[in-house]
Amino acid sequence: MTAEVVGFWLVGAVLVVGSLGVVLSRNLFHAAVLYLPIALVATGAIFWLLESPFLFGVQLLLYAGGVVTIVVFAIMLTERLVGASIRQSSRFVFNGAVLAAAVFVGVTGFVVQRAVPSAPPPPAGEQMVLLGRALVGPFGVALQLLAVLLVVALLGALYFARTED
Amino acid sequence: MPLQAYLVLAALVFAIGLFGVLTRRNAVGILLGIELMLNAVNINLVSFARFRADVGGLVFTMFTIAITVAEVAVGLAIIIAIFRARRTIEADHLDLLRG
Repeated sequence: MTAEVVGFWLVGAVLVVGSLGVVLSRNLFHAAVLYLPIALVATGAIFWLLESPFLFGVQLLLYAGGVVTIVVFAIMLTERLVGASIRQSSRFVFNGAVLAAAVFVGVTGFVVQRAVPSAPPPPAGEQMVLLGRALVGPFGVALQLLAVLLVVALLGALYFARTED
Repeated sequence: MPLQAYLVLAALVFAIGLFGVLTRRNAVGILLGIELMLNAVNINLVSFARFRADVGGLVFTMFTIAITVAEVAVGLAIIIAIFRARRTIEADHLDLLRG
């Protein structure tokens, strides 16, 4: 067993447990503050296993840092934290489980049948250099559009969350 | 690990997120499920980028991460606005558009 295999099973187990915690936890605050960061950091560790340490950093900064903070603020603004109101109940648990299992079985059956390369090819060069060149080269227009999207999203969020006066 | 291992793991996380979206009553909980599903997509993109030695997958992962953060900001602003108007964010009670 190489280090990558051990790391994959370890990180994969943490990722699945964290994800299950997000969707099954009775307390929404625990789901957002405890299990969601676990799942997001484990996803970043998967990126690291796939030799993309830069995306691991992006994942930590934007998801585990930014998204979790916004979600916590949203929960604090919309829930009464003391008392029983934060307890969550779920609905359609059986139907949801059947549908999610069907999606998983369908995707897995499709993936396992296909012949795909089992060993990754050697990297074509320094990853950061390739990524930087791609961002300002073939994907330059998309990057600018992304900047526009972020500005519009920020303005939209301000517009929705504003007070009337 | 072969490519299939990463794809199956991503499918599992996607299914878990889908379960959360379908079963949570609270709108914030539904948003957390969507986060999980988008994370699974990112795992797929990065693993394909690694196994095909194609940097395009990494670029698209960066784009989806940025778009997801924007989506969360707008989504939570909408949830807060709904809470101000209706005093609830239970998805079952938000049926204004039901015909």
